[in-house]
Parts: sequence; C-alpha cells; structure tokens
Amino acid sequence: MEAPALNYLNNGHGAASWLLTKDHKRIALLYLASITAFFALGGFFAMMIRLELLTPAGDVTSPEMYNRMFTMHGVVMVFFFLIPSIPAVLGNFLIPIMIGAKDLAFPRINLLSWYIYVLGGLFTLVAALSGGVDTGWTFYTPYSTAAANSHVITAAVGIFITGFSSILTGLNFIVTIHRMRAPGMTWFRLPLFVWAHYATSLIMILGTPVIAITILMVAAERALHLGIFDPALGGDPVLFQHLFWFYSHPAVYIMILPAMGVISEVVQAFSRKNIFGYSFIAFSSLAIAVIGFLVWGHHLFVAGQSTYAGLVFSVLSFMVAVPSAIKVFNWTATIYKGSVSLDSPMLYAFGFLGLFTIGGLTGLFLGAMGLDIHVHDTYFVVAHFHYIMVGGAIMGYLGGLHYWWPKISGRLYSEPWAKLSAVIVFVGFNLTFFPQFIAGYIGMPRRYHVYPPEFQVLNVLSSAGASVLAVGYVLPLIYLTYSIFAGAKSPADPWGAKGLEWEIPSPPPTENFGITPIVTHGTHQYAPRIEKKEVGVV
Amino acid sequence: MSDGHTPSEHYPGPVHGVPVHAEPGYAGLSGQVHGHVPHHPKLQHHFDDMDQQVEASTLGMWVFLVTEIMFFGGLFMAYLVYRSAQPDAFQEASAHLSIFWGGLNTAVLIFSSLTMALAVRAAQTSLPPKVQVGWIVATMFLGSVFLGVKVIEYSDKFRESIVPGPYFNAAMWTHPTGVEMFYSLYFIMTGLHALHMIIGIALMAVIAWMAWRRQFDSSYYTPVEVSGLYWHFVDIVWIFLFPLLYLIGRHYGEGH
Repeated sequence: MEAPALNYLNNGHGAASWLLTKDHKRIALLYLASITAFFALGGFFAMMIRLELLTPAGDVTSPEMYNRMFTMHGVVMVFFFLIPSIPAVLGNFLIPIMIGAKDLAFPRINLLSWYIYVLGGLFTLVAALSGGVDTGWTFYTPYSTAAANSHVITAAVGIFITGFSSILTGLNFIVTIHRMRAPGMTWFRLPLFVWAHYATSLIMILGTPVIAITILMVAAERALHLGIFDPALGGDPVLFQHLFWFYSHPAVYIMILPAMGVISEVVQAFSRKNIFGYSFIAFSSLAIAVIGFLVWGHHLFVAGQSTYAGLVFSVLSFMVAVPSAIKVFNWTATIYKGSVSLDSPMLYAFGFLGLFTIGGLTGLFLGAMGLDIHVHDTYFVVAHFHYIMVGGAIMGYLGGLHYWWPKISGRLYSEPWAKLSAVIVFVGFNLTFFPQFIAGYIGMPRRYHVYPPEFQVLNVLSSAGASVLAVGYVLPLIYLTYSIFAGAKSPADPWGAKGLEWEIPSPPPTENFGITPIVTHGTHQYAPRIEKKEVGVV
Repeated sequence: MSDGHTPSEHYPGPVHGVPVHAEPGYAGLSGQVHGHVPHHPKLQHHFDDMDQQVEASTLGMWVFLVTEIMFFGGLFMAYLVYRSAQPDAFQEASAHLSIFWGGLNTAVLIFSSLTMALAVRAAQTSLPPKVQVGWIVATMFLGSVFLGVKVIEYSDKFRESIVPGPYFNAAMWTHPTGVEMFYSLYFIMTGLHALHMIIGIALMAVIAWMAWRRQFDSSYYTPVEVSGLYWHFVDIVWIFLFPLLYLIGRHYGEGH
C-alpha cells in the first residue's frame, strides 16, 4: 500500500504551522535545525583553536581571545549541541512512536522546551558576539565571580535558561514512558533506545536543577557581591566545584546514554539478530545513571579533596565502567554470528564501538588517582573526553540520524556518499584526537595558546585531522539535505528492521497510529523467541 | 497501513503493532475511530482516556517537584556546609532574625495549605463555583500575607544595614564575614522561596478564574489538584527554611 498522502510534513504549511506545532515530530525537526546551527558555531570555535595550535607561537589569536575561543567552544558544544542532540531530536521523534503513542504526554511543554532552548541560545549568542567568556566552560570560582573581565553573567543566564529546556524534555520523556505505552507494551518489551532515554531523563531531572542553582549563585556573587564561593567573602571555591561536577559529570552520561540507545537499535537491525542480553543492557543504562551520580569527585583529585574521599570516588569511577563494559560486550555478542550488513548506520556503530572503548578505558586511567595527578589538566584529558563525546556521542547521533533519516524525511539518501562520510569522520576523528593522548601524556597542558616546539608535530597532525573531520561533518549536511528534494521515496521499512516505527509509513502521519496498536511480544524480534507463557491481548 | 514488511513474514507468532482490528471497547478509545464512548470535553486528543490524562498530569507535577527539590537542594547543601564550617557566626547572625515574624509566617503558610486542600476538595466534590473560588482566593490571600510579612522583615534588615554588600555594617558583629555570608544565603533562599510564592499566587489566579467559569467538577479537577501539589511543595520548603534559618542554635542563649 502506498503511503497516505497526508503525513506530518505536508499536514500544514507556513511558518506558523511549524512554530506553533505541538507535533513531537515537527518539534524534533525544529530542534534538528537549531542544534545543527549551534554545532556549526561550536565547530567554528574549534577550528579557531586548531588554527592557533598549528604553530607553537601565539600568532592567530591573542591569549585573551584564545581563552574565549575554547570557552565558547565548550559552552556551545556541551549545552547547546551534545546535551539536546539525540534526546531532543531522535528521542523526541521516536519515543512516542516506539511505544505506540500519538505524542509525548505534554505536547505544549515540548514546544515550550524548544522556545526555552532558543531563548537560552540567544543569550549565549549575545555573549559570544559581544566578546565571549574566558572562564572555560567550567566557570570555576573565584575567577568567574571576582576576576574574569568578560560576559560571564550573560552566558551563565543562557545556560541557566537552556537547563530548563533539558529538564522539561526529561520530564516529558519520563511521564510519557510511564503513562503513554500502548496496550501490551510492557517495560521489558520496550526498545532499548527507550530504556536509554529513560535513564537519560532521570539524570536530566535530577542533575540539571543543581547546575541551575549553582549558576544562579555564581551570578549572584558576581553581580551583587553576595559571598558564597569567593574566599575573600568567606566562601569556599571547592564547594562550587562539587556542585558544578555533581551535574556536569552526570551530564556526560546525558550525552552518551542516548548514543548507546541508538547503537543498541542499529546493531540489532544490521546484524539481523535479537539483542544479546536485553535486560542487562536495559539495567546497565539505569546503573550508569545511578552510579554516574556518585563519581563527580574524580574531577577534584587535585583540588584539595581529602585522600579518603578521593579513594571512594576513584573506586566508584571504576564501578561505573562495569555497566558500560556490559553494553560493549553485549553489542559485540549481538554482532557475533549475525548476518551483518555494512550500511552507513552500521559503519557509525562500528566506529562508536571502537572509539567509545578507547574513551572508556582511558577514563579508567584518569579515575586512578596516581595517574590522574600526572595527566591532570593535560591534553590526555582533552583526548579522553573527546573520544567519549565526539567519538561516542556524535558517532551515535550521526548513526541514528542516518538510520532513521528515511523515516524522518520519507526519502532515501545516497548510500555511497554516506559510507564515505562515515569513513572520513572515523579517520578524521582519530587523526585529530589520538595525537592529543600522546601530547598530553608527555606533558602538554590544556588551555594554553602557546606551547614548546617539540609538541608541534602532534599538533599539526591534530589540526590536519580536524580539517578532515570537518569535511566528514559537512558531507552529511549536503547529501541529507539533497535527499529531501531529490532522494527516492522511502518505503515504510527500508532496512528490513523491526520496531513499531518501521510499521507506519515514512514519513509518519501526524497521529502516528490511526488506531492505538496492541503489542503482543517484544519489539525488535529478529528471530522467534519461545515465551514462557502466551500473553493475551491486555 | 500495512507495508509488506509486517513481522508476520518472518515470525509466525502473534503480530504486534498491526492495527488490523481493535478489541471491542478499545474502538472508542483509539485514534481516529471516535466511536461509541463519548469523550470528556477536556480529553486531549493524544490520550486514550481521562484516567491516562489525569495520571500523566499528576505524575508530571510530581516529577517537576523532584526537580524543585534538587534545585533547593543545592542551596541547602551550600547552607549546611557553611553552617557547619562556621557555627558561631551563623548562630550570631541567626539571632537577629525575628522568630515572631518567622513563626507567624509559618502558621500562615500551614493554614494556607489547609485552604488549598479545601479548594481541591470543593472541586473534587462538585461544590458550587462560589465555594471553589472562595477557598482558592483564601489561599491567595494567605500567600499575600506571607509575602507582606516578608516585606516587613526585609525592610527591617535593610534599615539595620544587615544586608550583604557595600552597606553591610561590619562593626556590629563579632564574626562579620560569616554573618555576611549567612545573610547572602538568607536572601537567596528566602528570595527564591518568595519567587515561588508569587508564581503560586499567579497560578491560583488562573485556577480561580477557571473555577469561576465552572470548569471543575468531580469528573475533571486535575488543574486544581496539580496546582495544589505545587502550593503544598512551596509550603514544605518553608517548613525546612524556618528552622534552618531562624531556630537552629537559639537554645545556646545569648551568652554563648
């Protein structure tokens, strides 16, 4: 049967039909457009950094300007790209469809969250255009409250506002997953993508308010000289670091858990196999969310934290690696003896598996107190977290975008170009960030705009890799956009994949399902599974 | 709807998600098939029935309150850390807060929780709009009394120069730095709480207007109920703020 003429894309035209929409799928596209713009902005700051570091001398930017570049790069990429990327775009689009619902529980709040995101983004843009912030994305006190001569408050207000968009998205997801599942869609029939987003949402609602109040205290201290963190006013700057990392470490899991959800889906679809260890993957998402809240102290090993606190945080940091490793092993076991096809989403998934493993293992190095003191604040740390955030989260995001693009747009993109760009991203990424492990290990500190000449070879490699990576990121923008206008129409299920989203037309109708589906077995079953007892229709 | 890729091709078992035919009794609840069961006028299109809608709204408010707990939690954490670091200064500062005004406000807020609960009860039992609006307005009135008392307390502090910043009178204290920090936290904590009260009163104005328009009865009173949850939460924050800021350490006496 042909796709019905009316779908969510052609159901209503004009700016108002988009800007006032309550359809989760259209809101996902609003987010897609805005996070892409912020990704380009953050990428621009990254290119400025790599350009400056091409030579040992400070020749492109002044030291002050360099500080603003890496600060704005961090702020934009973390708060305006990585945190909303997969949840607000793919999660928004897919979660209601995957659980058999017509929309998220609160469509108006969903739209509100996008406007809040845009408002926060505008504040950050104003801060950037009027000269930027130079504190680092970490806003450490007392520098940020007493010394920094830049637009700290404007940027802080932007982050504060955007935090509420994240909170509202998390709230919407939690209520939706609890209350909107179709009849028969039990918890253990949920796609693992949904489990990953449930765990992510827990972090969003529990962590984000803490960074909000912390930023508020920083702004109050800076604007009104209320003494909270500044030692001159009787405060303790280490308390700021505790509060900041209480959110900002779990925030890393806000970035990586949804990517893990994407990988769970993609690995099944392109291995043509049921996932290995469904419940282990589901519960490891929750375990990461819970243990992830107890590891923040590993950012304070050299900040005057007591040795005993350091020991406990070190052990807990090792523990959070266990559920991550469970996932990696289970994905590998899923691929084992599968009927693997190397379509572009699967290439991204393979990239994710390798890069996330390297990022995760070097995280264990950093969780060990002795080694952390050696490499603290060096490029080793920079390389480690880029392997997680870029090698993990962005690979997952791109993989997911390619996997669901035919569903989202109703069009097929050019597979050869997609494969090429996946390879370019992988090569460019490694060329950019692997040399940084070496540079950091032999002592190159982060956040300096000049460096001794012996580091130059590694930095040239890194800057060259960044140019390759940029090509890899621009290519999808071109061929995905091109597919909207000239791509072949996609069937409902172009991959032969499983899941409710592949059973409705591409692009989906506004209501998703004409009749609420009734689910009688786990989604994503690529092979029959013997159930202990037959489950009836509700 | 079928697209040639239904699971039945690969899997002979029950087919999930294929909306071939809904059970009787589901027909009226799902999607475009607006069948035999008449919809409640307040039912939004993406919910199957009113129960689902009410459960979603209530859970949504509880989840929001969890985020509020974490929001205030960061402040409470900062307060407790600094209180334990400099107990003498905090006690000296705390002694200058008025237990009378603080106690009065505590009583006012607890009483406002009662009128709030009665407003929910009135909607739930389909009492006339006048009664519903009456309890809601009483709640708003008590909230305003609280804010009025807060204004009196704040202006007292400003008059006595017990305000952090350039006008702080350091000469009147034994531990001026600690006292200034106490009042920094005092104004942030009670200020944020007062902001929540103002939002609550605005919310109640909307609810009162809706109640006046006869929108609430026993079949639909979710907005009153979830706004009530918010109101009670803001009360409970004060129940923690009052002892933390006004009471702890009082029993040591002036001579300590």
